[in-house]
Amino acid sequence: MVATTRAHTWQDLAGAALPTRRSEDWRFTDLAALAAIEPRPWSGSDPLGSLQLPAGVTRLPEAELDAVAGQSLARTGCSEHWPVRLNVGARPVRLGLRVAAGAEPLRLELDAGSAGELLALHLVLLLEPGASLALSQRLSASGAAVCSLVCEAQLAAAARLHWGLVAQGHSSAALLGHLAVTQEPGSSLDLVTVSSGWGLSRLEPRVQQSQGAARTRLRGLQWVDDNQLADTHSLVRFDGPDGQLDQLHKTVAAGAGRSVFNGAVQVPRAAQRTDAAQLSRSLLLSDRARVDTKPELEIVADDVKCAHGATLSRLQQDELFYLQSRGIAADQASRLLLAGYCQDVLRELPDAAAPWPPTAAPFREP
Amino acid sequence: MIRSDAPVLLEVRDLRASVDDQPILHGVNLTIRAGEIHAVMGRNGSGKSTLSKVLAGHPAYTVTGGSVTYRGQDLLELEPEQRARIGLFLGFQYPVEIPGVSNLEFLRVATNARRQERGETELDTFAFEDLVNTRLAVVQMDPAFLERSVNEGFSGGEKKRNEILQMALLEPVVAILDETDSGLDIDALRIVAGGVNQLASPDNATLLITHYQRLLDLITPDHVHVMAAGRILRSGGPELAHELERIGYDWVDQELALTEVG
Ligand SMILES: Nc1ncnc2c1ncn2[C@@H]1O[C@H](COP(=O)(O)OP(=O)(O)OP(=O)(O)O)[C@@H](O)[C@H]1O
Ligand SMILES: [Mg+2]
Repeated sequence: MVATTRAHTWQDLAGAALPTRRSEDWRFTDLAALAAIEPRPWSGSDPLGSLQLPAGVTRLPEAELDAVAGQSLARTGCSEHWPVRLNVGARPVRLGLRVAAGAEPLRLELDAGSAGELLALHLVLLLEPGASLALSQRLSASGAAVCSLVCEAQLAAAARLHWGLVAQGHSSAALLGHLAVTQEPGSSLDLVTVSSGWGLSRLEPRVQQSQGAARTRLRGLQWVDDNQLADTHSLVRFDGPDGQLDQLHKTVAAGAGRSVFNGAVQVPRAAQRTDAAQLSRSLLLSDRARVDTKPELEIVADDVKCAHGATLSRLQQDELFYLQSRGIAADQASRLLLAGYCQDVLRELPDAAAPWPPTAAPFREP
Repeated sequence: MIRSDAPVLLEVRDLRASVDDQPILHGVNLTIRAGEIHAVMGRNGSGKSTLSKVLAGHPAYTVTGGSVTYRGQDLLELEPEQRARIGLFLGFQYPVEIPGVSNLEFLRVATNARRQERGETELDTFAFEDLVNTRLAVVQMDPAFLERSVNEGFSGGEKKRNEILQMALLEPVVAILDETDSGLDIDALRIVAGGVNQLASPDNATLLITHYQRLLDLITPDHVHVMAAGRILRSGGPELAHELERIGYDWVDQELALTEVG
C-alpha cells in the first residue's frame, strides 16, 4: 500500500458526510456544488509568505498555539461543525498571534487563486487585557477555488478588536468561514463582514460573552448575483449579565442569487439586563432572486431588551426619480442608491477609506 | 417681464394624465415664454404637483392625451434625466431623502450631467467645490450640509434650501418650484425668494406653485393661474392672486359646475 496524502472526497477530508438540506442549519444552503469539485490540496506558495507583523503583534510559539487553538470554537459551540472539521482535515496554514496594548493595524490578505485548490487557514488571535487591534482581512478568489477559513479571537478584559473581513470571490469559488470570538467583561468587538461574488459563501460569526458585560457590534453585508448563494449564520451568546449587542445585516440580491441570514441570539437566565438589537435588511433587485432571513432569539432571562426586525425592499421609485430629475441616468442612479445602501456597513470597516473592491458588479462602470 | 415676442419655452396643450387608471389632469393648457414668471395656485388636491411631476417625467403618471413642447421639442418622449439635462428643473414639494449618498457627490454628478449636455467640461472634485461654494452663498446655506446624505435628516426648510441650491447649480431654463415656500421661516423665505429672483433672467422662466401671496410679494409673477380639478380654470395677472387672498376658492365650485353643464 502506498500512503496517500490526498483525500478523495470532502467526506474523507472532513471525516464526516457533507451536511444536507435536511439538517435545519443547512436548510437553504446546498453544499452539493462542493460535492461536484474534487478536493485538491493547496500547492501554491505560502499564502502568508508576505505577512508583515506590525508593532505590538507577535507570533505565538507553536506549543502555546496548540494549547489555545480550538478554545473559542468550543466555547461558541462549533467545533464539530462541518466547515470546521473540513478546516482541520485540510491541515490548514496556522497563524497564532498575540496582541498587546497599542498594537498597530494588521492587514491579512489571502488569495485563493483560480487553480481549483483548497486553501485553508486557521487564525488564532489573543488580545491581552487592554489591547486593541484593527484587523483588515481580505480574501479573494479569481476562479475555481475553495477557501476554508477558521478564525478564533479571545478578547481579554477591556480588549478592543475592530475586525473587517472583505471577501470578494468568484462564481466558481466557494468560501466556508467560521469566525469565533470569546469576550471577557469590558471588552469590545466590532466585526464587519462583507462578501460578494462567491458561487457559494457561508460565513458563521459566533460570539460568546463569557460573563456578559461586553460590547458586541456586528455588521454584515452580502451581495449575490447570477446563481450565487451567500449565507450568514451568526450566533451571539451572553453567559452573564449586562451584555450589549448591536447587529445589522444587509443583503443585496440580484439576478437569480439567493441570500440567507440566520441570526441566533442566546440570552440564558444568567444574562439579565442584556441589551440586544438585531436588524436584517434585504434589497431585492430582481424577481428571480431569493432572500431567506430569520432571527432566532432564545431568551430565558426576564429583564432584558431584545429588539429585532427584518425589512425587505426594492429600489425606491421616488429615490430613483429624484436622482433622474437631476439629470442622473437611471443606471447610474441605481448604482448611487446601491452604493448608498451598502455604505452604512462599508463605512464601518477599519480601513473604510479603501474603496469597495472595484470588480463588484454593480459598481462597474458600463 | 412680458414680451409677447419672446420665444416660447414651454407649451402645454390639453394635457391629460392619470395615476393607477385614475384620471387626474383633465386637459391643462399653459404657455410659458422666456423671461416670464408664472404662479399656479389652487386648492389642495387640484393637481398642481401632478402637473409638475408629469412635466418632469415621473414614471407613476401616465399621459393619456395632449402634448408638451419644450423649446420646440416633444418633452414627453424624453426620459426624466434627459429633460433635466436640457434645462427643465423641478423643485420638489417633498424632497426625497437618500441615505448613504453624499449630498456633495450627488450635486457634483448632477451638475456634470447638465454641463456635459451644454458642451461644457466636467468639473473635478476641486473645481466643483469652488463652484458649489459660490452657489451656497445664493441660498446662504451652511457648507456642513454638503457632507451629509442627500436630504437625510434635513429639516423641512433645509430641504427646500437644498432644492434651490440644486437649481442654482443646474441653471435651468424652465424651473418649476412646487411649494418651495412652504415650511420656510420668514428669513428663509426672503433668502429663497432672493435666490429665485437672482437666477431669473430674460432667457429663462419660472413656474411657482404656491398657496401664499407672501411669496408673490417677494417674487412678482407675470401670470397667475388657478388650477381646479385637473385643469387651469382661470388665468390673470398678479391681481388675480390678491383677489384669491380676499375671496378664497368658493367661486371655483360654481365655475366647475358650469363647465360640467356646458
Ligand atoms: N401617486 C398617486 N396615487 C394616488 N393618487 C394620487 C397620486 N398622485 C396624485 N394623486 C391624487 O391626485 C390629486 C391631485 O394631487 P396633487 O398632489 O397633484 O395635488 P396638489 O394640487 O399638488 O395639492 P397640494 O396643494 O395639497 O399639494 C389628489 O387627489 C391626489 O390624491
Ligand atoms: Mg402639491
